[in-house]
Amino acid sequence: MSDQPLLEIRDLSVRFSASAPPAVRGVSIRVEAGTRVGIIGESGSGKSVTAMSVLRLNDERIAHYGEESSITLDGRELLKAPLSAIQGVRGAQASMIFQDPMSVLNPVFRVGHQVRDVLVAHRPELRKTAKALVIESLDAVGIRNPAAVYRQYPHELSGGMRQRIMIAMAIASSPRLLIADEATSALDVTVQAAVLETIGALADDRGMAVLMITHDMGVVARFCDYVYVMYHGEVVESGAAADILTSPQHDYTKKLLASVPRLHGDQPRTA
Amino acid sequence: MTPSPLLEISDLTVRYGAGNATPAVNNVSLSLAAGETVGLVGESGSGKSTVARAVLGLMPFEGTITYQGENLAEVTPTRMRAIRSDLQMIFQDPYATLDPRMTVGRQIAEPMLVHKIVPRSGAAARVGELLEQVGLSAEMAGRYPHEFSGGQRQRIAIARALGVSPSLIVCDEPTSALDVSVQAQVLELLQELQRTQGIAYLFIAHNLGVVRAMSHRVAVMYLGEIVEYGTSDEVFSNPQHPYTRALIEAVLEPDPASRHRPLSIDPDLTSPINVMRSRA
Repeated sequence: MSDQPLLEIRDLSVRFSASAPPAVRGVSIRVEAGTRVGIIGESGSGKSVTAMSVLRLNDERIAHYGEESSITLDGRELLKAPLSAIQGVRGAQASMIFQDPMSVLNPVFRVGHQVRDVLVAHRPELRKTAKALVIESLDAVGIRNPAAVYRQYPHELSGGMRQRIMIAMAIASSPRLLIADEATSALDVTVQAAVLETIGALADDRGMAVLMITHDMGVVARFCDYVYVMYHGEVVESGAAADILTSPQHDYTKKLLASVPRLHGDQPRTA
Repeated sequence: MTPSPLLEISDLTVRYGAGNATPAVNNVSLSLAAGETVGLVGESGSGKSTVARAVLGLMPFEGTITYQGENLAEVTPTRMRAIRSDLQMIFQDPYATLDPRMTVGRQIAEPMLVHKIVPRSGAAARVGELLEQVGLSAEMAGRYPHEFSGGQRQRIAIARALGVSPSLIVCDEPTSALDVSVQAQVLELLQELQRTQGIAYLFIAHNLGVVRAMSHRVAVMYLGEIVEYGTSDEVFSNPQHPYTRALIEAVLEPDPASRHRPLSIDPDLTSPINVMRSRA
């Protein structure tokens, strides 16, 4: 078991219609326990569909996985399991956070109660002590004055704080894998850097692996150990983040890196 | 560069809400010469878009905004309409500014017809020229906005702004919603239009790399005020204000060395409301 990765995606193909080309084609990705892996790509590259496949969040009335495709988490096959079994994996062993926390948080409930509900759903025995645990976890995700924030509603919080609440919900039952889909893309740069730091610190403390889905090479540089580059539904290149950033091999990766307007170093105004 | 600036903003203050509401923009002064790009950079709530709205005459303001020597607070509505044709705008989401039920050709023609820049009979030919200028083809005039990608829609918004031959285009986050490879192409188009037609840009963005690539001079906004103002090189190579330094440090660059750069700002203090609360 020891040389088996925490998450192994093998030869994943996803098709949303029989007539259209597949959204994802032959993608294989490994995430070892406790590591930080990135998937980078532009709109339509298939990076989110790949991530959603892990928790079977694609609309399966129209999404079809390839016969040969397989996704295992801790050795357990997810793609062919019944959805009822996946429900026990979601939030418990693997959680996902998204770009827009307002689409996750219910506007009419206090945020503390929403985090508590997630915790109690997975660990009913903690019902009595749940409030204290939630306040502790709000503190862990970097919310100041967690006892007061516990009683607040989503609209009373800034975008960065809402993102932290969503992270608190995602890690409430200590998953071994956190999937972050453009989780910091809508945030201001200073807030983005701080939220990434929080996710990194939580991952390190708990030995949690992170699969970071992003369009931003800067996020890869700051956060990831290893990265997969996706283009048109396929992985075109993968490797240690530092290697991909400094010596990309594939033409698409080179073009992507060259497109980023740099702040540091020599790249003065071209006009 | 002309001795008198194209646009001059002095002591601009804008409030949302009456009386003593906290100003969203406080005592901002800056100037823009013909053919120049001034970048306005800052985070959410810093007031950069509010400055743009005031310049475009979309917000009441205190202070003075002078465009080609005319005080915008004092011009008649008729005169303001004429100035508008010289002062165009493009926004982050071109889909929101395009009518889904009108062909893009008609939408590009409309401002030219309103301002009587071309006769109705000559509009179609001019639309074709404009589409080609922004890297699309003349035949696309008959299509609808949903038939285009995000980058193409932004090109259509640019073509529409160009139709009235503006001297200044206010660009508010023009490439923030685009993929990086598409963003690079749109930025290149804007720079080329500046070289060939001498258009000035008031260029608003939160992405410091984009602002650096585009701007001759840069103003950094924080809590409604300009905290630093200088040439692009001065501001980015030798930032003086602690907020500018913190902002530059927080930018995530595709450089493996950025992994361990420390942070020095408290992100909760970038909203005026939080600052007011913490002072209370």
